Amino acid sequence: MSAIEVKGLRKTFGTLEVLRGIDLDIESGEVVCVIGPSGSGKSTLLRCVNLLEQPTAGRIAVDGVELTDPDVDIDAARRRIGMVFQSFNLFPHLTVLGNVMVAQRKVLKRDKAEAERVARANLERVGLADKVDAYPEKLSGGQQQRVAIARALAMDPSVMLFDEPTSALDPELVGDVLGVMRSLADEGMTMVVVTHEMSFAREVADRVVFMDEGAVVEQGPPARVIASPEHARTRTFLARVLDPAAARVGELED
Amino acid sequence: MAAGSGTAARRGGMTRRQRRRLVLGGEYGIFVIAVVLLVALADWRSLHENFFNWSVAKGLFPDIITVGLRNTVLYTVTGFALGLAGGLLLALMRLSSVLPYRWFAMAYIEVFRGVPALLIFIFVGTGIPLAFPGSNLPGGVYGQAAVALGLVSAAYMAETIRAGIEAVPRGQTEAARSLGMSQSRAMRTIVVPQAFRVVIPPLTNELVLLFKDSSLALFIGVSLTQRELTKFGRDLASQQGNTTPIVVAGICYLLITIPLGYLARRLEERQKRGRR
Repeated sequence: MSAIEVKGLRKTFGTLEVLRGIDLDIESGEVVCVIGPSGSGKSTLLRCVNLLEQPTAGRIAVDGVELTDPDVDIDAARRRIGMVFQSFNLFPHLTVLGNVMVAQRKVLKRDKAEAERVARANLERVGLADKVDAYPEKLSGGQQQRVAIARALAMDPSVMLFDEPTSALDPELVGDVLGVMRSLADEGMTMVVVTHEMSFAREVADRVVFMDEGAVVEQGPPARVIASPEHARTRTFLARVLDPAAARVGELED
Repeated sequence: MAAGSGTAARRGGMTRRQRRRLVLGGEYGIFVIAVVLLVALADWRSLHENFFNWSVAKGLFPDIITVGLRNTVLYTVTGFALGLAGGLLLALMRLSSVLPYRWFAMAYIEVFRGVPALLIFIFVGTGIPLAFPGSNLPGGVYGQAAVALGLVSAAYMAETIRAGIEAVPRGQTEAARSLGMSQSRAMRTIVVPQAFRVVIPPLTNELVLLFKDSSLALFIGVSLTQRELTKFGRDLASQQGNTTPIVVAGICYLLITIPLGYLARRLEERQKRGRR
């Protein structure tokens, strides 16, 4: 059984077709990086996987639970799916510890001592054990994102979704967050990562999926997709991402 | 520029500096003349007798505090509590996905903001007892005043709270939902607490308005011990044929409203600075 199963997924916003029939199977313990130009539908795909966006058509199953079934308990299903956002979305009125405890207490109904133990362990895991009493606004972007990862991990998810987790960070803070994600991957977490960090995709991903205009153009091991892509569109995209300074004015619009 | 200033700034044969001095002098002159006229023409003895009569003022204490101010505060606080609860409920209805709830909240807000508060007091004070004979709001006059103030302020607070809820970024709800919280759980635990931080300064202003509106309770028909500041001041003013009680009642209001208004501005400034 696949950890995540996506079949014939379509999503339209009004007349705009953002996803045009996506099929994707992700095995348990697999790390998949989704790359592609902005507007290609990568983030929408990720947001459909935990139903933050309602798919227009298609089937999505996580851990064998079909999320697109209208009778499914979506709140219960989402507990098994951790999500990390580009803009962190920490709760500003709660401390770091409060951020990591609140859903454990209110959703999983863990008692206070247990929730705090789990929270501290996960903050330790992301290297922020000393920040438990701080409020999010006092933290750097990189620290906030690591708290967000700890917050998701505290729910014991079976898969983790990352929506451009480092795009809003200052360049020198990206490494800390990627480091945490790399250690998660090493521990065998099933991960889907929408990212522009090609070095991360190359080194950590088991599989790279290249999307363009709402469809999967090609996918495979990073060595193949990133080093020797088959499709012209993949090649153009990678050339620009890997060496942005080399683009010429004439080839920008094609 | 240096060459042009000699001609361009000169109008009516004066330099710009001379003109400014003349205008400023005129403004001060008018003020001084007004003060002189006031001092010369006003009957200071009569003014003092009628507005600031020391012996009349002394006679008001302690009742103006222990009855008047106490009841004003009591009406205001109970009305505010009811209004806050009602306002939150209306704000949530206004944002509900259920159409009839939205309609009801919108109609309520329009009606109660569009009608004079005095009308609501008369309605609650005389209309309801007439329409439902034998029905009594708990607390008698206190209950009626609280309900009337609550009905009016709920409409205003609903709009404030709604704006506060809408000011909380969508990502907050998304993060909460992605952790498995239901929509209502996310609202209660994540969104509303943040919304209330935003609306504390405007709600403090609302409290100031309510404090003044509590004077309308005098239209409910209160007994001697239920009088609030305005009624108390008016009664004693007519009893003694002297306006001093009204002035003292006014000062009592200001003792509360000025610090509260100051507090609201401070909170507002602090929040502006705290914004990321």
